[in-house]
Amino acid sequence: MSILINKNTRLLVQGITGNEGLFHTTQMFAYGTNVVAGVTPGKGGEWVLDGKVPVFDSVKLAVDATGANCTCIFVPSRFAPDAMFEAADAGIPLIVCITEGVPVQDMMRVRNYLDQKKVRLVGPNCPGLLTPGEAKVGIIPGDIAIPGSVGVVSRSGTLTYEVLYALKLAGMGASTCVGIGGDPVNGTNFIDVLEMFEHDPQTEKVVLIGEIGGTDEEKAAEYVAAKMTKPVVSFIAGQTAPPGKRMGHAGAIIEGGAGTAADKIRALEAAGVKVAKHPEEIPSLLK
Amino acid sequence: MKLHEYQSKMIFAKYGIPIPKGRVAATADEAKHIAEELGGRVVIKSQVLVGGRGKAGGVKVARDPKEAGEFAQQILSMHIKGLPVRKVLVDEAAAIEHEIYFSITNDRAAKKPVMIASASGGVDIEEVAATTPEKIVKVHVDPLLGLRDYQARDIAASIDLPRELWRDFSRIASGLWRAYLETDATLAEINPLVITKGNHLVALDGKMMIDDNSLFRHPDLAEIRDVDEEAPAETEARRHGLSFIKLEGDIGCMVNGAGLAMTSMDIVKLFGGEPANFLDIGGGAGADKVAAAMRIILSDPNVKAVLLNIFGGITRCDEVARGILTAMDEVKPNVPMVVRLVGTNAEEGRHLLENANMTTAETLADAAKKAVAAAKG
Repeated sequence: MSILINKNTRLLVQGITGNEGLFHTTQMFAYGTNVVAGVTPGKGGEWVLDGKVPVFDSVKLAVDATGANCTCIFVPSRFAPDAMFEAADAGIPLIVCITEGVPVQDMMRVRNYLDQKKVRLVGPNCPGLLTPGEAKVGIIPGDIAIPGSVGVVSRSGTLTYEVLYALKLAGMGASTCVGIGGDPVNGTNFIDVLEMFEHDPQTEKVVLIGEIGGTDEEKAAEYVAAKMTKPVVSFIAGQTAPPGKRMGHAGAIIEGGAGTAADKIRALEAAGVKVAKHPEEIPSLLK
Repeated sequence: MKLHEYQSKMIFAKYGIPIPKGRVAATADEAKHIAEELGGRVVIKSQVLVGGRGKAGGVKVARDPKEAGEFAQQILSMHIKGLPVRKVLVDEAAAIEHEIYFSITNDRAAKKPVMIASASGGVDIEEVAATTPEKIVKVHVDPLLGLRDYQARDIAASIDLPRELWRDFSRIASGLWRAYLETDATLAEINPLVITKGNHLVALDGKMMIDDNSLFRHPDLAEIRDVDEEAPAETEARRHGLSFIKLEGDIGCMVNGAGLAMTSMDIVKLFGGEPANFLDIGGGAGADKVAAAMRIILSDPNVKAVLLNIFGGITRCDEVARGILTAMDEVKPNVPMVVRLVGTNAEEGRHLLENANMTTAETLADAAKKAVAAAKG
């Protein structure tokens, strides 16, 4: 077992003929992910990956023809909101949006619409999902993680790789890794993923990687204290960040004294979460 | 991106929100002329992108044009919180009966826009929220529906606005909503919104922040960004699509990914060093971007060592290595460099840098320790 994706996931890629879309579709396919279709408006009828994956003009056509049940979005930020609306309207239950730089007002409209349709969104501005040994949806390099029992959830991209790699070097594997993304308004949050890990038989321990900005880590800490039976280890990035400055991620900004690393670490420790001083310390805290 | 008060109020006016008569001036003479045009008492307000201008002495009321010129002279020679004042706004002085707070911003937890209002305006709203939260009214707006008239009326009623002003308030609320929506604002704030002695509502002060990610569809707003208000290196970085923030330390950091970049700063500090900057080269950066990043880091005279931490995913380590070599060729840096390459094409990257006289590191902790040691000489 794993969460969100496994070897039976039927993946569609929106923006499959673009540079990034094509590169990462090749990687996902090579990893063993069941990539069933791609969408690029105006390129329907073409095939990519040496004739192995058909391209459609719309998500609806792709779903009708292939039964895709998950989509991975690589389209540029100005088109990403439309791509998410389109996927939801075509009945896809799980949308993973890799695209960064989606305006926040667009994301509020997307998120409220998707909630009404009961569609799960991961991202945007995220590295996606990886269930080691089974499937990857997104851009997490496949060879930095091995199958195992640690569930990983993170707001960051490359920092997540750092943690997966440290786990692998310590001989520890991951059940599923979920990159929820660094934007202020996104789809899936920490609590959604913690709940899934709590109920996933394969997952024995959880790593939560947070960063400054917002109060999602504090809310996650409350959830851990109230509901989690599995041990949680954490790391929070941005301990040295100056207030009021946006640190790359639109979400990573300390406003009005709220959302500091110190606040988050305090809340997590009070909930019984061990917080690592740096990412490479995480494996030893899981032992 | 923050807008100046005068820029924010120009947007307000475009959406039918009443603002005081006034104009912006860059010299004392201009300020004096504007005061002559307006006649009567005027307010001279420094235009800098920080709060607390009033407390710092950057806002003054002048009785006549002569005094307006003198005050403008004083204010234009000030620094407020480290920022030089380059412009002043000269507004006609209002006769204030009462001050209200009114804004629209994004509530990230609720995933919805929120209107915030208070009968206690004119002061720091965060202080009101902290000390007397019952004086603050919040109404969420459904982003799929937009602001409804009844919501504006509800706010007017709950801040005890006199009934004869409800209609005007609704117009202002609807104007502010459209301004927020059509500029992709993350904050559209009127503080204070005043009731004048003549019983009119006027937006005396305003502040807007625009979502940087939306600027592709607002070229007019991107153009009015005041680059004088940021460090030149930050402007240069933005031009190259890099995310850069200057800090006070001596270890330059170049990293891919915002979370990892913050972590690299944290770990430098954990091992006793001080980061000179935050720098995220972003995903999939090519050699050109890396070279630009390196030039920006090395242009800081405080930098005594550079830490390069690249975890290749979408970014290829060999591309990064090429960028580093290009930049080193150009800049000829004389500070030690510590480099760590992991992930996509790391092997090729390391091979390219073999003869570049750089210290290499295997782990993040190892890289940070070596950079700290190098900076201490």
